[in-house]
Amino acid sequence: MIAEKYAKEIEGILARFPSKKSAALPLMHLAQHEYGYMSPEAMREVAEILDLDPTHILSLSGFYSLYYEEPVGKYVLEICNDLACALRGADEFVEMATDKLGIPVDGTTEDGLFTIKTVMCLGACDRAPMLQCNLKFEEHLDEAKFDLLLERLRSEANTGSSDTAVPTKILSYAAKK
Amino acid sequence: MAHILLRHRDIPGIHKLDTYQAHGGYDALKKVVTELSPDEVIQIVRDSNLRGRGGAGFPTGVKWSFIPKAPGDKYVIINTDESETGTFKDRELSEKNPHQIIEGALIAAYAIGAKAIYNYFRGEFMDAGYAFEEALKEAYAAGYIGKNILGSDFSVEFNTHFGAGAYICGEETALIKSLEGELGQPWSKPPFPAIEGLYSKPTVVNNTETLCNVPPIIMNGAAWYKSMGTEQSSGVKIVCMSGHVEKPGNYEVPLGITYRELLEMAGGVAGGKKFKALLPSGGSGPVVVADALDAPLTYEGLTSFGSVMGSASVIVMDETVDMVWAARKMIHFFKHESCGKCTPCREGTFWMQQVLDRIYAGQGTEKDLQTLESVANQIKGKTLCALGEFAVSPVLSTIRHFPEEYRAKLKR
Amino acid sequence: MSDLVTITVDGVEVSVPKGTLVVDAAKRIGNDIPVFCYHPKMSPVGMCRMCLVEVGMPMRDRATGELMMNEDGSPKINFGRGLQTGCTVQVGPGMVVRTNTAVVTEARESIIEFLLSSHPLDCPICDKGGECPLQNLTLAHGKGNSRVVYSDKKKMDKHVPLGDLIFLDRERCIQCARCVRFQEEVVGDPVIRFHNRGRSLEIATFSDPGFDSYWSGNTTDICPVGALTTADFRFGARPWEMTPVATISPHGPAGSNMTFSTRIEAAAGGRSVIKRVMPRQHELVNETWISDRDRFVHHFADAPDRLTKPLLRKDGELVAVSWDEALNFVAEKLQGAGTAVAGLSGDRVSNEDLFLFQNLFRKGLKSGNIDLANRRLAGGDVAAQVGIVNETAYDNPQRLGAGDAILVVASDLHEEEPIWWLRVKQAAERGATVVVLNVRPTRLDESAKFAIQYVPGTAVATVRQLLNSAKVEVESSDNELIAAAQALVKAQNLVVFYGAEGVTYAETEAIARMLGNLLLVKNGGEGHVGRVNNGLIPVWPHNNTQGAWDMGVHPALEPGYKAAKAAGLDAAAIYAGASSGDIKALYVMGADPVGDGLMANRGQLDLLVVQELFLTETAKLADVVLPAQSWAEREGTFTSGERRVQRYYPAIPAVGESRPDWQILAQVGERVGMGKPAFAASLVFRDIVRAMKAYKGMDYRTLAQVEKQWPDVGGDDLYYGGNAYENRSGLGQQWTITPPKEAFAVLDVPETAVTGLTLVRAAALYTPGTLNRCSSVLAPRLAQPTVLLHATDAAALKLADGDRATVELNGAAVQAAVHVNGATPAGVAVIRGVAYQPGTAVAHISKLAE
Ligand SMILES: Cc1cc2nc3c(=O)[nH]c(=O)nc-3n(C[C@H](O)[C@H](O)[C@H](O)COP(=O)(O)O)c2cc1C
Ligand code: SF4
Ligand code: FES
Repeated sequence: MIAEKYAKEIEGILARFPSKKSAALPLMHLAQHEYGYMSPEAMREVAEILDLDPTHILSLSGFYSLYYEEPVGKYVLEICNDLACALRGADEFVEMATDKLGIPVDGTTEDGLFTIKTVMCLGACDRAPMLQCNLKFEEHLDEAKFDLLLERLRSEANTGSSDTAVPTKILSYAAKK
Repeated sequence: MAHILLRHRDIPGIHKLDTYQAHGGYDALKKVVTELSPDEVIQIVRDSNLRGRGGAGFPTGVKWSFIPKAPGDKYVIINTDESETGTFKDRELSEKNPHQIIEGALIAAYAIGAKAIYNYFRGEFMDAGYAFEEALKEAYAAGYIGKNILGSDFSVEFNTHFGAGAYICGEETALIKSLEGELGQPWSKPPFPAIEGLYSKPTVVNNTETLCNVPPIIMNGAAWYKSMGTEQSSGVKIVCMSGHVEKPGNYEVPLGITYRELLEMAGGVAGGKKFKALLPSGGSGPVVVADALDAPLTYEGLTSFGSVMGSASVIVMDETVDMVWAARKMIHFFKHESCGKCTPCREGTFWMQQVLDRIYAGQGTEKDLQTLESVANQIKGKTLCALGEFAVSPVLSTIRHFPEEYRAKLKR
Repeated sequence: MSDLVTITVDGVEVSVPKGTLVVDAAKRIGNDIPVFCYHPKMSPVGMCRMCLVEVGMPMRDRATGELMMNEDGSPKINFGRGLQTGCTVQVGPGMVVRTNTAVVTEARESIIEFLLSSHPLDCPICDKGGECPLQNLTLAHGKGNSRVVYSDKKKMDKHVPLGDLIFLDRERCIQCARCVRFQEEVVGDPVIRFHNRGRSLEIATFSDPGFDSYWSGNTTDICPVGALTTADFRFGARPWEMTPVATISPHGPAGSNMTFSTRIEAAAGGRSVIKRVMPRQHELVNETWISDRDRFVHHFADAPDRLTKPLLRKDGELVAVSWDEALNFVAEKLQGAGTAVAGLSGDRVSNEDLFLFQNLFRKGLKSGNIDLANRRLAGGDVAAQVGIVNETAYDNPQRLGAGDAILVVASDLHEEEPIWWLRVKQAAERGATVVVLNVRPTRLDESAKFAIQYVPGTAVATVRQLLNSAKVEVESSDNELIAAAQALVKAQNLVVFYGAEGVTYAETEAIARMLGNLLLVKNGGEGHVGRVNNGLIPVWPHNNTQGAWDMGVHPALEPGYKAAKAAGLDAAAIYAGASSGDIKALYVMGADPVGDGLMANRGQLDLLVVQELFLTETAKLADVVLPAQSWAEREGTFTSGERRVQRYYPAIPAVGESRPDWQILAQVGERVGMGKPAFAASLVFRDIVRAMKAYKGMDYRTLAQVEKQWPDVGGDDLYYGGNAYENRSGLGQQWTITPPKEAFAVLDVPETAVTGLTLVRAAALYTPGTLNRCSSVLAPRLAQPTVLLHATDAAALKLADGDRATVELNGAAVQAAVHVNGATPAGVAVIRGVAYQPGTAVAHISKLAE
């Protein structure tokens, strides 16, 4: 239950707005962090905190592309292959990455660690090829750097450290004030 | 020349409050709350001829003057949704020079009497937003935000907010809906946000870069700002150079500069290849070809060259680029980002994608090409917001400039 | 009016109130600008883009502000940039709209083509085909060909149950959001919404249970394509095969206007059957909406267990006999019982039935022992003097709003009459002050400025305090009741609803009178009686309780509220008499006192006659059972809680040998010497008008009169098509009140507050009952017995949420689910999903072992 686990953070988020509903997107980020994706219970919990009908949260989670309605890997590698990045080799990079992990786009590795997705422009076109991994940008990539990244993530997964990613950001955002 | 916006390039560490202050930071805010009335602030911004840097180019001072003077809740929203393909200026500003944005937004809030400011970051900018939050904390602690700022009776709250992946949330009314916890779908104006915006209260939505211009304008005066750029397009603009250029990145330039000069600044076409075309405003403007390279980057001067200012995100393409491929990338973008609210955009982008995919796959016919062009024309002028309009331009402009590349792909 | 704005549409001038939208203005002069997303009962969103037109405004000289003129002296018009959506643009002085230019035609063709580019081509099997706005507008404005490659079309799910009642075909949906906006904006149940975005946008629900709203059926009406269908109608019939027949809700006291769609079916032996029910527009009653109960309840009419033949008890068994034999038997036995006869009626039957019922007793049998079998609410006589006065404009009716007030006492409008709940909610949204007095929170509290809860049993005292506070001038008060009272008297218009939740019949009598007095209070103003949009509305338990009062089905009041010379026995006395033997013969029409727990058995009766649709618990004990026709099989009139007399019409043939109630009564009457029976309901109504003076001027012809109503939602035009039936069969007539000369005398009623935990029965829209149980679509929704408790009370009883318990109700034990929630006030045990129980009682609740 995020309501109990993150009581302080949720309070911090709610305090930012005159209307509870405004906290929907931040709370969904939090819930997704907790559950790995917008699972039915994640949706219901957010709805309950905000006094909204669960249909409202379903609606939001379908509209906004950062929410996943199906389970994903621990690390979601979202590679931008939009025009500006593609002009600098992003499509080839996607091919390399999917081959390396042996999964198609939108697939997840068997160990449940990695999901690869392609996404639209992330606002880092001058550093292509690039990707975001759980909302953290990895830029100026090539195969070697990608290998290093995978290595780092694998060891992170083993040691349980949580350097990469939203979690810390979202929580500290939430805890402000 | 020293940067006005990208000041971190000249002053390392300006994202920290003390460095920012050591270089005149928050002096503009002090001046405003102690010396100027809200109307005087609006007048200075009006006189400076500052126009919105988010794409639409609406005069900023005029926008502020639309806010009703009557008491009541009002809001300022900073638009850091920055999701246009090829655009990455607001992110750099937010990470590297956040205090100048904060100061600009506070001045805007003072000018319109806002009770709160929200900075709406696209969800993917969690890092940039976090950096911005750090700056906010400093500014709160220093008393620039909160109750009775600098001892005046001006009080305002300031918060960041994160979207969750939707280009359309850059459109101001969609952004407001998103901030309210709704689907990010634009509404049909009127009502304009200046009258009924966030929580149905008068609201100013400004682009991050726009607000970043405000503190130097206050400190140096409208005349100073107008001394840069051209008569009708004053001041400086950050241009995002990407694609096939040697040195992609942000370039802060006085308005009026030509694409050719910009290309030179960015080190020319990458790998010494020949220039083929550029997209002047990310995916949402028409492609322009070599004969437009001398077009001056101004609000008034680009149309005659078949180009637009927009967000000034220039994506350069060299001679090797297949223009049907490029058009297809853009249609995929707009189809993916269409919010679905209005018919022509929802159906039209989907249809264009289907046809273009077929043509690109070599399965298209002459009739498909005609359909593509006519569907694009059919969307024009009928959509609820500009996204549909944007989606049309890469298709129509590539067909216009490179018809033979399309023809070559048709099934014989 | 100075607020009128004149615009020109294709050269034709039209003047409309300021704020009118261009599409509505054009509609007034017969120019149907095509629309999909726009619906006149919802705020415009401008999303489908079907209504694009050219809009021009007169140009003014910037310097002087003067109008600029053409050489011919006409004002110069600036058509701005491009097309605008007529559904979002409001009229402006001098505005010029062009709907017939080449660009507009091109826009319409384009939007139609876009919509069809994703729409399946399944009109031949679509429920909406034939009354489909998309189909109609395609014929009117489409290009007639398609350029999409069929395999390019988006494939989506086709038979998606959104709940038990509504199915969705995602391919057919054109994303107009009418359904979503109806649920959110109109009725406030946002349980369906868009999921995904762009071309993947689809209607979805994630509520629990799914699409569950008392209003869900309306979305199938307003859906401009066949995307939403009801579980009981989908694939049922093609629109053009069906015949519309006007009817009135057989359930709620608002008298919602509805239309049956009937069709002759081979499966029904060539008989006409009811395929569906839709709203029929009545702007002063239900506008264009009906609740799901009104929509789905009709299935009782063709229930398989309807009575088809008269039954007579022979050798202990009920056996089928001829009408003559049954009627002769009844007449003879009734006469034989002398004055020890009594009649009890239900309040669902028509005015004609009720009138002849009391006539048979008063005139034929010389007995005043008549009453409603299950009377709950008093005050028909009060309403006759201070009842609400509806306005008469159908064109642009005034609705309550800012400056007005509404009081609701002891009623849960959302459960009892959803249409009234909606009306009050919308008035509150327009700024009206709503005051709710009850023992527990109800849904209406969300709309209320003052939601005041009183201790069970103190309703009379509370209303008295309210009335007294209204009589004195108070500047401001922290006491909610006083503040509310002041808001009520000071309101421009005041409408008062009252019901019977947690109060006894005697208490409602006192409450009705005090509320009547509240409406009479002047306190500096002019009082609230007799003016349009002011007055009392009793929240009657059934559709024709008001009619029963008007017709004199009352031991002390004859038709037209004439005091009877000698009052007869009331229902309670009649039940007692049956059991003691003081009453020898009892005639029950359209009621089930045994099933309702009002009568344990037939007691000492010599004769029990039951006139019914079904073999009810009471009928099973009867000597004679007379099969009556349901309201769908015959014609008649009902009188609504707002005193509007309305006609309904026969839609299907009679079941078996059943006869209309009034006819049976007339035939009994003939046999007891009352002369030739009336042979038509309209003739009975003529007699009614003679006896009930307030009905003066009404007959079946005047009741069938109609007027043009706005917005125009029905009809054959292309505008808003298909969403409700145009009213072609009658708007009915409201009878005029006679305001009292002085305040009502208020009787003393005994204090009924009990100490300790108090049991109060709450209403539920789908309370199990004779009619609801017959609808297969409603059956699963019937409210199950549930007792709601505050946490402290639950703890004291050692009960937890989800437990089951036995609750003592009317002396019998009822099993109920326990629901512990924060909303129920401490000290009150609310029970719903059970038969009516008056007043309050000490709660006896004990946990049921697993
Ligand atoms: C589809 C669409 C996307 C947009 N995206 C952005 C954006 O990412 N950032 C932005 O500042 N403005 C964006 N705009 C423009 C905004 O609607 C609005 O004009 C702008 O934020 C106003 O700020 P300004 O006057 O300072 O430019 C977009 C507009 C449209 C139609
Ligand atoms: S289901 Fe019908 S009413 Fe709802 S959005 Fe689709 S077309 Fe409109
Ligand atoms: S946009 Fe006007 S009817 Fe849909």
